[in-house]
Amino acid sequence: MKNGTADLMEARGPKPRLKRVAKPKPSKPTEKARVVDLGKSTVRALNAALHEITVPEPALWKVKNPRGAHAIACGLQQPVMVEIEGPVGYYCAGMNQAATVIVKGNAGTGVAENMMSGFVHVQGNASQSAGATAHGGLLVIDGDASARCGISMKGVDIVVKGSVGHLSAFMAQSGNLVVCGDAGEALGDSIYEARIFVRGKVTDLGADCVEKPMRAEHRKLLAELLERAGVAAKPEEFRRYGSARKLYNFHIDHAGEY
Amino acid sequence: MCGIAGLFFKNKSLEPFLGKLFSEMLDCMSSRGADSAGFAVYGSTVSAGNLKVTLQHPGPEFPWRQLSAALQKQFKQKPKVETVSNHAIFTLRGEEAAVQRFIRAQFPAVNIMSVGRRIEIMKETGLPCTVLERFGVREMRGSHAIGHTRMATESAVTTAGSHPFSTGQDLCLVHNGSLSNHNTLRRNLRREGIEFQTENDSEVAAGYLTWRLREGDTLDQALEKALKDLDGFYTFTIGTRDGFAVLRDPIACKPAVMAETADYVAMASEYRSLAVLPGIEKARIWEPEPAKIYTWNAKN
Repeated sequence: MKNGTADLMEARGPKPRLKRVAKPKPSKPTEKARVVDLGKSTVRALNAALHEITVPEPALWKVKNPRGAHAIACGLQQPVMVEIEGPVGYYCAGMNQAATVIVKGNAGTGVAENMMSGFVHVQGNASQSAGATAHGGLLVIDGDASARCGISMKGVDIVVKGSVGHLSAFMAQSGNLVVCGDAGEALGDSIYEARIFVRGKVTDLGADCVEKPMRAEHRKLLAELLERAGVAAKPEEFRRYGSARKLYNFHIDHAGEY
Repeated sequence: MCGIAGLFFKNKSLEPFLGKLFSEMLDCMSSRGADSAGFAVYGSTVSAGNLKVTLQHPGPEFPWRQLSAALQKQFKQKPKVETVSNHAIFTLRGEEAAVQRFIRAQFPAVNIMSVGRRIEIMKETGLPCTVLERFGVREMRGSHAIGHTRMATESAVTTAGSHPFSTGQDLCLVHNGSLSNHNTLRRNLRREGIEFQTENDSEVAAGYLTWRLREGDTLDQALEKALKDLDGFYTFTIGTRDGFAVLRDPIACKPAVMAETADYVAMASEYRSLAVLPGIEKARIWEPEPAKIYTWNAKN
């Protein structure tokens, strides 16, 4: 964690309201990919090897036979590219900084949880709590994400090409959640300052989450996010949701909603 | 925590491999629960009018012959007996209530694990791999099986507190989660004549289903009512005579993932357990929705 603390401090600092996140730069492999077969090697050995990379030079790693193992490619701090050739278990690419992690399959609970920066791309569906508490970077899910997608998100951008389950963006504090399909029950419950864009239908909104007008700045931001995620949809097809800011401080009139 | 695995074959030609595949699935869930394991296997069917009764005694060498002789005297026929570790499977002609009453009265130290025409429930404390080995699960055949690896949170680590729990003929329940209103429910269910052996919350869920089914509900109706009456976290898997059902609580606190191919339907707490199945790469994989009852059986 040589640079971890400094990055953390920076990430927690004040942010501009419509922050433009630098486009992630997937590493271009300059050398032959390193292949790790999880049928032969352990996740611990894989992660240790990925943590040992000190030179921030682009490199490509391919992980074979993940078979749903937990904690694959967690805590990466260098701009490497890791391609995982199959489904992963819990917390894949958790705490990611700078790395690009591509999952060619489904992801279990908490993919890219607490990501700080970088790019995580799930090419299948994601289970619960995708992108939970993440501070930065971009998480793209090609399929659906289930319940609690973006729970307590703190600055990450999440683009889900399918639908999200109930309680997505619960207590979301900052960042953007883009849902190209539908959103389940209690969307954005107790939300702070994150923005939610949904193209399909919303089952219902959680406490203190309201629909807000789409202004030019939001359309611009959304267009950029859609482009980065490779989605052909138009910003005009989406509706925006955010905080009514009535639950920030305790108020007796809202006691039933906390 | 706790782990669940369930496997149901649509393709009958796979039945000889049930034990092998199911053992691998359940063993994989050891990391979610390493203090006990149990399972229900649906194998051979006894002919109509006969009962398959699975019994357990905590001691290693219980004289099952004595119990067999007593049953023969009482029910005027020689039961078929097969012993597996400290469990014994008796097949005899008789009425369920009378058989259960007799065994309880004459052999109070013997536990009745399951009763039905197909089901065999076996469970024990210990590492799941040890339990699977002890009962020779790898060699078992059948159409379907459900199982559980336990990490006890609410009550003691005992065989009686392990899953599955029988909920009636050929029916059983495994549970991942914790119920918060189980004491109230247990009190109410005792008034309805449902008996409990432990302080375990999952046993209450099983007792609740037993009660609803006794009152004439279908399994689906009983589960609909369970959604209203049970308070807490749960993923349930329910083994039935010809299939299984899955239900998650309305906010889906506990994990579950399902897979379906032309040959089988499988569920587990985590995908890792499904990864051992043949053809999983091409299976339809999904997460069951909260508060939705999923049922599979030989007919659909």
